Amino acid sequence: MEPILRTENLTIRFGGHIAVDHVNFTMPEKHLKSIIGPNGAGKTTFFNLISGELKPTAGDVYFKGQSLAQASSVERTRMGLGRSFQITNVFPNLTVLENVRLAVQSKEKIRYQMVRHFKSYQAITEKAEELLTLVLLHNKRDALTTMLSHGEKRKLEIAMLLALDTEILLLDEPTAGMSLEEVPAILEVIRTIKNKGDKTILLIEHKMDMILDLSDSIMVLFNGQLLADGTPDAIMQNETVQNAYLGGLYDEHLTEIT
Amino acid sequence: MMKKLTWKHLSFVLMLAILVLLPFVNDSRTLIILLTQIFIFGILAMSYDILLGYTGIVSFGHAMFFGIGAYTTAVMLKQVDTTLSIFLLSIVVGMFLAGIVSFVVGLLTLRLKSHFFAMLTLAFSGLFLVVAEKWRSITYGNDGFTFRAPEMFKDRITFYFFVLACLVVVFIALYRFVQSPTGRILIAVRENEQRTKSLGFQTLHYKVIASIIAGTVASLAGSLYALSLRFVNTSVMTMDITLDALLMTIIGGVGTLVGPLLGAAVIEYAQHTLSGMARDYPIFERWIIFFGILYILAVIFFPKGIIGSIRFIISNWRRKLKAKRKTPPALSHEKEGFE
Repeated sequence: MEPILRTENLTIRFGGHIAVDHVNFTMPEKHLKSIIGPNGAGKTTFFNLISGELKPTAGDVYFKGQSLAQASSVERTRMGLGRSFQITNVFPNLTVLENVRLAVQSKEKIRYQMVRHFKSYQAITEKAEELLTLVLLHNKRDALTTMLSHGEKRKLEIAMLLALDTEILLLDEPTAGMSLEEVPAILEVIRTIKNKGDKTILLIEHKMDMILDLSDSIMVLFNGQLLADGTPDAIMQNETVQNAYLGGLYDEHLTEIT
Repeated sequence: MMKKLTWKHLSFVLMLAILVLLPFVNDSRTLIILLTQIFIFGILAMSYDILLGYTGIVSFGHAMFFGIGAYTTAVMLKQVDTTLSIFLLSIVVGMFLAGIVSFVVGLLTLRLKSHFFAMLTLAFSGLFLVVAEKWRSITYGNDGFTFRAPEMFKDRITFYFFVLACLVVVFIALYRFVQSPTGRILIAVRENEQRTKSLGFQTLHYKVIASIIAGTVASLAGSLYALSLRFVNTSVMTMDITLDALLMTIIGGVGTLVGPLLGAAVIEYAQHTLSGMARDYPIFERWIIFFGILYILAVIFFPKGIIGSIRFIISNWRRKLKAKRKTPPALSHEKEGFE
């Protein structure tokens, strides 16, 4: 069967630096795969190539067997590739509810309606509120997004991604910069989505316990190259991976510079 | 929510009633002309706010749409006939032309990043200015030409009501537009264009829509302006008109529709009185200087404009009131602060 997502020799070069180096990977449907690797390994760049934020120097991404070379990031989102951002990227001067509502609006294809009041689209508001409840943000629905804490913004990111209801979710470090108390909530949200069983999830994370807990498979990037791809157990036992990466793993203060 | 809505409606109706009744109470020619001028520039400033305040586009070429409207009306009334129907038709034709021009210019320029876009709009507007100067057979060059108004609008008060009606229609239409789903997306583009794209919205389409709407409404303002003077020259295409619209919007409050209206009132009134005072105090012949000072002060002290500042004060006051009403037990309050 054709995998839902596949890359072929995916490569990007920034001047002399090869950030992603001939990566071949396949993603089975309804599967949760984590991407790990040290800082600067090219994880976020890899995401940007998949979501269309960056154009590859060579190679291509295939979604359900179809080449995405000509598809812009907007088209990819509409096809079913939704992503969250590592650096929180929301609408700062709108309320939390408004942020999610915009995402739901996109999903419901309400794009060029110019006459009716936006509040008359009840279903959209309801759906947005439902998602806010899911990510435990409902009590902040009327707050301006600039007033949220970092962790709350991350939750909002996830709610907006879920609102798009895409087949594939690309989660770029959903727990980055969160306090320890907030992490379990996000973990629960991801688990809930996974257990529903209708989404394919690609997750970049640093928190190893969380990855081992959630993943069906793990892929390891190192210096832009695909070092290994396999079940959590296989990865943990893989010697190359151990040497290259897992030594410095439990440093909680790791933040990726991209 | 409901309460707030009726409060808004009430003040709208009250304001409208005052403006409708005013000519019956005080029919001073100067006042009527000044108010008509305020309405016209209010329409222009509101259209500019769709670009600046709602979509976050800074355009330096808005005068070209104003000019298109002004010249279309003037030329049609001069060359064709001076009837009411020709005037109404000229408004429609002007809006249509402005719509096409803003569509084409928008498609060509809106892909660019903000400041490049701003420069290019300036260039396009310059192009139209040159056309108005050189196409002498119908524009009579720099000096422009006078024309006769339709019989009905020779009466200043009738014209006042006509412009007021236009203003109300435009206000309601634009108000509905910005509250529609598309209007929400415009705000999203203003806030974070890249993010709007990643939600799956073609932001270019929305920017072009905003520029078409702003362009057609500006053309309506231009048509009314030309008729109010019964004269047109190249000054309607110049940067001054764009700057007026820009400053009215900023002083009144960007991102609100009432703001630009208020800004138009303040600036038109100030221009009127300051230039009037020049008769007694020669220094006011340089009233433009006082304007400069006013702008600088406004931007420093009221960056959100009049309406934005008022809203800020009200929301602050509400928050205080709320906090007073539910004073939580000291302990839980402390805990909140601790977290």
